[in-house]
Amino acid sequence: MVRIASPLRSYTSGASSVTVDGATLHEILANLDRRFPGIRFRMVDEQDCIRPHMRVFVNTSEAKRLSEPVRAGDTVHVICALSGG
Amino acid sequence: MAAKTGHLGPTVLRSVDRGRTWREASQPPAFRKAGEGEEARAVQRVFWLTPGHASESGTWFAGSSPAGLFRSQDGGERWTPVAGFNDHPMRSKWVTAGTPDGEFLHSILIDPRDPRHLYIGISIGGIFESMDGGGDWTPLNEGVEADFLPEPAVPYGHDPHCVALHPLMPDRLYHQNHCGLYRLDRPARRWIRVGRAMPKKIGDIGFPIVLDPADPDTAWVFPMDGRTVWPRTAIDGKPAVYRTQDAGKTWRRLDRGLPRSKAWFTVLRQAMCTDRHVRTGLYFGTTGGEVWASTNAGERWSCIARHLPEIYSVTHAA
Repeated sequence: MVRIASPLRSYTSGASSVTVDGATLHEILANLDRRFPGIRFRMVDEQDCIRPHMRVFVNTSEAKRLSEPVRAGDTVHVICALSGG
Repeated sequence: MAAKTGHLGPTVLRSVDRGRTWREASQPPAFRKAGEGEEARAVQRVFWLTPGHASESGTWFAGSSPAGLFRSQDGGERWTPVAGFNDHPMRSKWVTAGTPDGEFLHSILIDPRDPRHLYIGISIGGIFESMDGGGDWTPLNEGVEADFLPEPAVPYGHDPHCVALHPLMPDRLYHQNHCGLYRLDRPARRWIRVGRAMPKKIGDIGFPIVLDPADPDTAWVFPMDGRTVWPRTAIDGKPAVYRTQDAGKTWRRLDRGLPRSKAWFTVLRQAMCTDRHVRTGLYFGTTGGEVWASTNAGERWSCIARHLPEIYSVTHAA
């Protein structure tokens, strides 16, 4: 399950969570982008780095790299970082 | 339109119905994936969009921050890096971060006589020219001052704010620099600081410069306070546009209709434009969200919109 930050829901037709397969964050986001073209580039840059104002968690642990493993049943949270108050 | 909405990464959106609907590029401007040991760059924002040469339908150019050049050949749907600049062996020397906002590429100009003849401006880096469609570039900064650098005369590292090329006389360029107002008539390579003819109390610092589409000798600027702490606002709170009609030899203040005092306008480099009417109309937008217009070449101004968000860019849609 991937929980989608509200600014990205225009890509998912308003869905706040979607079910996507993948063994790593890299696979999850690639599959997410296949379903919702363009969504990945708004979260991850061309060097495969999570953008500065986005935070990605696997369950309750923050992921810093796309190689982070994801197990069946895990929830990936895509959240906008607090920026500017 | 370039967009960097809130927390999300940058993209480009296109409208073909005057803004009623917008479609996001399927392949926004992005640097290529860095190889082992290479500097890894990611587009933080798309700063400048320019249509390509009239003979190349569907071609557009984009300038980014960090400074990068991108081209689309399908009307902005897919963008690819221009390797001739982005991977140029001298790029890392030409471009310096210089400011907390980082560096960015702007003022992409195409010679109407030759689609392979291009100019770009980089803050901070200078003005560069290509004769082969972007494959190779050379600095074009002779005569331009850079008082923020230890050496007085350097080939690059300057801070052009806005560069303009006249469509009817493409060998004539003007630019508003962090260090003054300049004109260049090719094939010369040395810029002349025409801003020295501005009144001393006003100076020649600003962001935008716009040219009269019908007259290569006429241009308008919006001077800003570049003294001491650089507030970048209208000098002494008295906004004014200045116009030259003799290629920069003399300048005339135009402020009828503008606030007389306590109006610290800032007009960003893309927030001023002309239209193409016979009697040239002028427009500028402020960071305070106001749009001002003149139907008579700047002789008189009126506010045509208020309470908008910060204005980055104003373009006449014809």
